[in-house]
Amino acid sequence: MGEILLKMEHVTKRFGDHIVLNDISLSVRRGEVIVIIGPSGCGKSTLLRCINALEEIESGEIWLRDEKIESRSKRFPALRQKIGMVFQNYELFPHLTALGNIQLAPVKVQGRNQAEVQAEALGWLSRVGLAGREKSYPRELSGGQKQRVAIVRALCMHPEILLFDEITAALDPEMVREVLDVMLDLASQGRTMLIVTHEMRFARAVADRILFLDKGKIMEDSDPETFFAHARTERARHFLDTFEFNNERLKKL
Amino acid sequence: MPDLGIEVLFRGRNLIRILGGLWVALRISLISVAVSFPLGILLGAVMTLKNPFVKALMRIYLEIIRIMPQMVLLFLFYFGTTRAFGWDLSGETASIIVFVLWGIAEMSDLVRSCLISIPVHQYETSEALGLVRIQIYRYIIIPQAVRRLIPLSVNLVTRMIKTTSLILMIGVVEVLKVAQQIIEANRSASPNAAFGVYLAVFFLYFVACWPISVLARYLEKKWG
Repeated sequence: MGEILLKMEHVTKRFGDHIVLNDISLSVRRGEVIVIIGPSGCGKSTLLRCINALEEIESGEIWLRDEKIESRSKRFPALRQKIGMVFQNYELFPHLTALGNIQLAPVKVQGRNQAEVQAEALGWLSRVGLAGREKSYPRELSGGQKQRVAIVRALCMHPEILLFDEITAALDPEMVREVLDVMLDLASQGRTMLIVTHEMRFARAVADRILFLDKGKIMEDSDPETFFAHARTERARHFLDTFEFNNERLKKL
Repeated sequence: MPDLGIEVLFRGRNLIRILGGLWVALRISLISVAVSFPLGILLGAVMTLKNPFVKALMRIYLEIIRIMPQMVLLFLFYFGTTRAFGWDLSGETASIIVFVLWGIAEMSDLVRSCLISIPVHQYETSEALGLVRIQIYRYIIIPQAVRRLIPLSVNLVTRMIKTTSLILMIGVVEVLKVAQQIIEANRSASPNAAFGVYLAVFFLYFVACWPISVLARYLEKKWG
């Protein structure tokens, strides 16, 4: 495993009186794929949003290598470009084509050469199975296609770490696979990824580490085999059971 | 075939006069649009700021202008303020003032609603891609808001043109007033002139407004 890329130290986040993240400490090494799971409202999405400073944290510190993540710092816009994020509802820009969506930030924010970015974008689009769709507007694409464009859009910024916030949760079941395949491909390239998901089998397949969050705390932090076979906490076992419920009942019938 | 009184239109300078009346109505609308739209856009953007004082002030302005019938505003300015403050307003100037105040109110509300209708996620995604505030507005928010705004504001233009039919009440000789004058003048020779002349007025409003609403529909479809 590589150097430590991202470090969270005693991060606490509240919404009013409600503690969403409670003293979270976490290190992510370069090339690590970490899947964060937990019941809804456990703070897993907020954790990703704090890393990208979409949420302010009350206390604690988050570091990307040797730079502290602070939304008010002058260096922050540059730092943020190293953190790619993909959202649940794709959030493509509806007035731009797929290619326009992908090119905008590399060209306008990073000042890169348009032709070079375009070549890179087209390469990625064909790699994720969207060759020839670069001129399509978001409204002309299916959910799974939109999400793949959103992933390419994040990749073309050349981020050092990728955050995926339940990116298959809004998709029709038959489109989930095409998006998960792209993420498996990225993981196999040795990219550093933090993934929030409810797809347990995918989590097991892709993760180097599983974090189980409950009530804003990291309850478990282990490799997937250990976690899925021998979760230490009652809470995690109970959570995993909720995914097995249907199978169990079918067996009894 | 009943006598529709259409021939009155072609008597003397009647047709020219009625077109002149239409021009008065269109001129007032166009000047009002030209003045009120930029100001409305500015105020609409200001209204999205979180300053509660500005918000309250704009709210009051908006409610007053929109609750009042345009006719009352016209009377207030043309008969009321001229008396009370002793200034001299022509009917046309009073009309433009009222239409500008109205246009600003409507336009700023349209701009505000277009801006706030852009989902917060669009801002967040842009931020996550490293765009800074000014880039977010320039490349993401304003282009989307403008697409939503154009059909709505084009409709506002046609509403303004139609509402100019009220200004005959403060003595502005616009197309409807000219029509009345023509009908009056020909009352004995062509007692049925009302039908033909008002039909012409109807047709002229249609010619003025229809292309605009076709344009609105086209843009709505194109950017919908």
